[in-house]
Amino acid sequence: MSDFFNGGWSDYIALVSLVGIVWCIWLLASQRKAKVVHTADGAVADTGHVWDGDLRELNNPLPRWWAWMYLIFCVFALVYLVLFPGLGSFPGVLGYTTDGSLMKSMTTANEELKPVYAKYVTMDIEQVAADPKAREMGQRLFLNSCAQCHGSDAGGAKGFPNLTDGDWLYGGSPENIKTTLINGRAGVMPPFPQLDSKQIVDVANYVRSLSGLPADDLKAARGSEVYKSNCAACHGPEGKGNIALGAPNLTDKVWLYGGSEATIVETVTKGRMAMMPSQDKVLSPEKIHLLTAYVWGLSNNKQPATVK
Amino acid sequence: MSDIPPGGKPIPIEVIEESLYEVRRKIYPRSVTGLFARWRLILVFATQLLFYGLPWVSWNGRQAVLFDLIQRKFYIFGVVLWPQDVIYLTLLLILSALALFLFTAIAGRLFCGYACPQTVYTEIFMWIERKVEGDRFARIRLDGEEWPWGFRKWRLKITKHFLWLLIAFWTGFTFIGYFTPITTLGSALIHLSLGPWQTFWLCFYAFATWGNAGFMREQVCKYMCPYARFQSVMVDKDTFLVTYDKVRGEPRGSRSKSADHESLGLGDCVDCSICVQVCPTGIDIRDGLQYMCIGCGACIDACDQVMEKVDYPKGLIRYTTERAIEDRESNQSAIRHILRPRVLIYTAFITVLTAAFLVSLVTRNPLRVDVMRDRGALAREVEGVRIENIYRIQIMNASENNMNVQVKALGLDGLKVLNSQGQVVTEIEVAPASNLLMPIKVSADTGVNQPGNYPIHFDVIAHEMSGNEMITRTRDEKSTFIIPR
Repeated sequence: MSDFFNGGWSDYIALVSLVGIVWCIWLLASQRKAKVVHTADGAVADTGHVWDGDLRELNNPLPRWWAWMYLIFCVFALVYLVLFPGLGSFPGVLGYTTDGSLMKSMTTANEELKPVYAKYVTMDIEQVAADPKAREMGQRLFLNSCAQCHGSDAGGAKGFPNLTDGDWLYGGSPENIKTTLINGRAGVMPPFPQLDSKQIVDVANYVRSLSGLPADDLKAARGSEVYKSNCAACHGPEGKGNIALGAPNLTDKVWLYGGSEATIVETVTKGRMAMMPSQDKVLSPEKIHLLTAYVWGLSNNKQPATVK
Repeated sequence: MSDIPPGGKPIPIEVIEESLYEVRRKIYPRSVTGLFARWRLILVFATQLLFYGLPWVSWNGRQAVLFDLIQRKFYIFGVVLWPQDVIYLTLLLILSALALFLFTAIAGRLFCGYACPQTVYTEIFMWIERKVEGDRFARIRLDGEEWPWGFRKWRLKITKHFLWLLIAFWTGFTFIGYFTPITTLGSALIHLSLGPWQTFWLCFYAFATWGNAGFMREQVCKYMCPYARFQSVMVDKDTFLVTYDKVRGEPRGSRSKSADHESLGLGDCVDCSICVQVCPTGIDIRDGLQYMCIGCGACIDACDQVMEKVDYPKGLIRYTTERAIEDRESNQSAIRHILRPRVLIYTAFITVLTAAFLVSLVTRNPLRVDVMRDRGALAREVEGVRIENIYRIQIMNASENNMNVQVKALGLDGLKVLNSQGQVVTEIEVAPASNLLMPIKVSADTGVNQPGNYPIHFDVIAHEMSGNEMITRTRDEKSTFIIPR
């Protein structure tokens, strides 16, 4: 409760709360008695209030326990304000915060889940990937944390790698996948303003020819020179890519942004920025372990992404 | 103040300031026998047999009525309700409300007098109290000056509370038995291994029963209950209510049995105050209709017995309508007013809703399907071959049998449903009372359709084996298929 822009407001709010409770108690005490009209035989007739000439208010006093309840709740309010935050920015003697309460319940939940994960933490990724229960859990984690970009079927989308095809930008060993998950990745394809548009079209045709796509032979031949001096540094002399840099293999049928000539021209002209966020702060190590196994299993030992 | 006070009240004489809060006078209702007391007894038995007995009935090898909050499934005999079926609870509440309106319009606070748990448990507790401490006067004396706290008083009070608490705990135990299987609950109770929440709720309901039926009693009706307040506005001139026939009874007064009271100028009321003594809320019905009257009819039974003794006709206090009292009609002619618009409208509503409720329950489709399109990407192109859209399909099998499910996508030429491995989905097995979430791809061949958004729908067909017969269930879920430019 540090939302007050100066201390005065906090004191003011606290004062209003306390005065309110005190006023409630005063109201109860001051209204203990009422004037009632007694008849000749001593019975109570009414309160003497009359409306419209003939509408009277009978005397139906509250039960005393009701008044006691009222007082008890006033005391309860005071006790509450001492124990819990409520009086301006006074944090309460118990030190309770909603945030702390959430953290506590999350810690408790994680503690309760520990035995569920414990079995898998000591296993190799390959073993975990073969365990149907672990795959089921992995799939749920994937749908919660990864499917937003990679798709529910892990098949990727434009700019988001397909995780099921066995083609890996940064390597597909369990260790590589785990590193990707923990640290995240930043894939950068720089733009090439030093090339003119003709050279770019040439290099695009050359790149298409590498993976056997239809291309203009003349342009591709010219483009091979452009490639050697500009692209081979990252994508390798044969266009096989480089997993240390995350540079894609240009000789296969897998395209992260699309393989049409126009798309490749756009890629070379403007560059591409890709970002895999780090999961280190988001997911516990046990969960990352399970996810690694799940993702690795998608393209190895042919585990189906759906768990029956 | 007007000069002529209404209701013939005596002229006020003085104004005194006194406490606004009333100290509760303990009420010692006198026991009563008769027609309405018997009806109440029958209803006490009927409702409590149902309440205490139902958790022990089993069905298909499970508890017949179980509200499993943790698994979020409500078992009611042959029906398994899921959270998605909350509409039935809504209907049930609406029906209960309408039934309350109808009964109240016909004969006042029938629910309060005969079926309300507060009345029923108070009745049970008062019966125990009577058996232990004796009837009204014995109880008044026991609590009064002449019985200081001695061995006998302690013995009676302890016996009474012990029996009360026994019933209270059994009530609490039965109540939580609706939420956790009562047999395991019973063994947990015997081995003292109840969970903290179960223990809390057991004690909470036991305490509530003991407190409400043993101590609060009429205070609940007078000061806490919302029904008491709004039922009073649902009565009209043709509603049968517990009524003291003022015209016949006044002026009241005691007389010798042989006296001709008409020549004495007296009405039929002998002012014996038995109607006040038997009243569980401690009111005097002769003051007319008041909101504290729960319509239990105890005063009718009591007054009829007195009328019999003094040889007057019965029914000085009786169920009758305001119109019948004013027009001096017999009850036979008052009954003719029962079928009035408000009653007919309530009845029509109840009939229609009950029919709708039953029809929808009988024709309930235990197959439920949700399709959620992946929001991350519009569509995926598999270069030059096909366009894919990704969905998550959730298939819920709310029946108690296995289901074999087929999924078809329709609405666009040549749509295929594939699993995430890219194989065509043929048949999916969904276990009883479970749900299955799977990512699916729907693919269309490239170049067949123009780019754009197409409304498609998923036809889901499930084959359920119920015993030896095959039941086919279908669901149709709408979604969108996007073909990028």
